Amino acid sequence: MELDGNALAGDLAEVFAVEMTTARFTCAGCRHADAVATLRVWTRAPGVVARCPSCGDVVLSLVRTPARVVLTLTGTARLELPV
Amino acid sequence: MGIISRGFGGRRRDSAPDLPPGQYLTHDFPVLSAGPTPRIPLDRWSFTITTEAGQKHTWDWARFTALPSEEITRDIHCVTKWSKLGTTWKGVSLDTLFADVETAADYVMAHSKGGYTTNVPLEDLLDGQAWIAYEFDGEPLDPEHGGPARLLIPHLYFWKSAKWVNGLEMMHEDEPGFWEAAGYHMYGDPWHEQRYQGD
Ligand SMILES: [Zn+2]
Repeated sequence: MELDGNALAGDLAEVFAVEMTTARFTCAGCRHADAVATLRVWTRAPGVVARCPSCGDVVLSLVRTPARVVLTLTGTARLELPV
Repeated sequence: MGIISRGFGGRRRDSAPDLPPGQYLTHDFPVLSAGPTPRIPLDRWSFTITTEAGQKHTWDWARFTALPSEEITRDIHCVTKWSKLGTTWKGVSLDTLFADVETAADYVMAHSKGGYTTNVPLEDLLDGQAWIAYEFDGEPLDPEHGGPARLLIPHLYFWKSAKWVNGLEMMHEDEPGFWEAAGYHMYGDPWHEQRYQGD
């Protein structure tokens, strides 16, 4: 049965409430996987940029606007979250 | 068009500055970076314009710095809200670099060492509005500020003035660069406060 995105609400609320630094990322560029806390992060920029410690590619970026937080995960192949 | 006369910021420094909305004045030169600062030896530096047909126009450092250069004095405006008035640069006009480039495409993606990208309409690069700058304040451009050479497009927010620029790629459609894909405005006019997507 196909549902709309509202059906994700419960699962995503759980995902985004977890302690993210203990989550594990997999880099979309080189497939390196490690704890989010090992990412190399630059904050003195128009947004926060987190790079893969292995290949240097951008794994995620976060831009805060007055009304929104925009999380871009183009460089993330996977996030594994503790529950 | 007011942007031209606003460029001569040095004369206004002691009067109340006419800043774009939401900006504050700074006298230092903040360094913003989204990654490690590349150190690019001049003998390995190059700059390439690639047309939509795949034709490449490439300059090495010697050919690039042999081109006619200009002294530039302009105000600059960072989307993180600082503005700096009357900054002085030396660089090569994009009009000079595009003189022999045949293109029918309207948009440009700027590429930098380290993978940074930013999109700009071609018309914003021409007619004396943009340069590849390689000196700031009479000195070679520091790596922290984008040296050996950076794009300089002072009439747009400063994230468009890509540090460590090494190429311009012509595009038929406007496509987002790094910050534009991450939530920032596609065009970025400080006088219309086009900071974020939807502004
Ligand atoms: Zn990687």
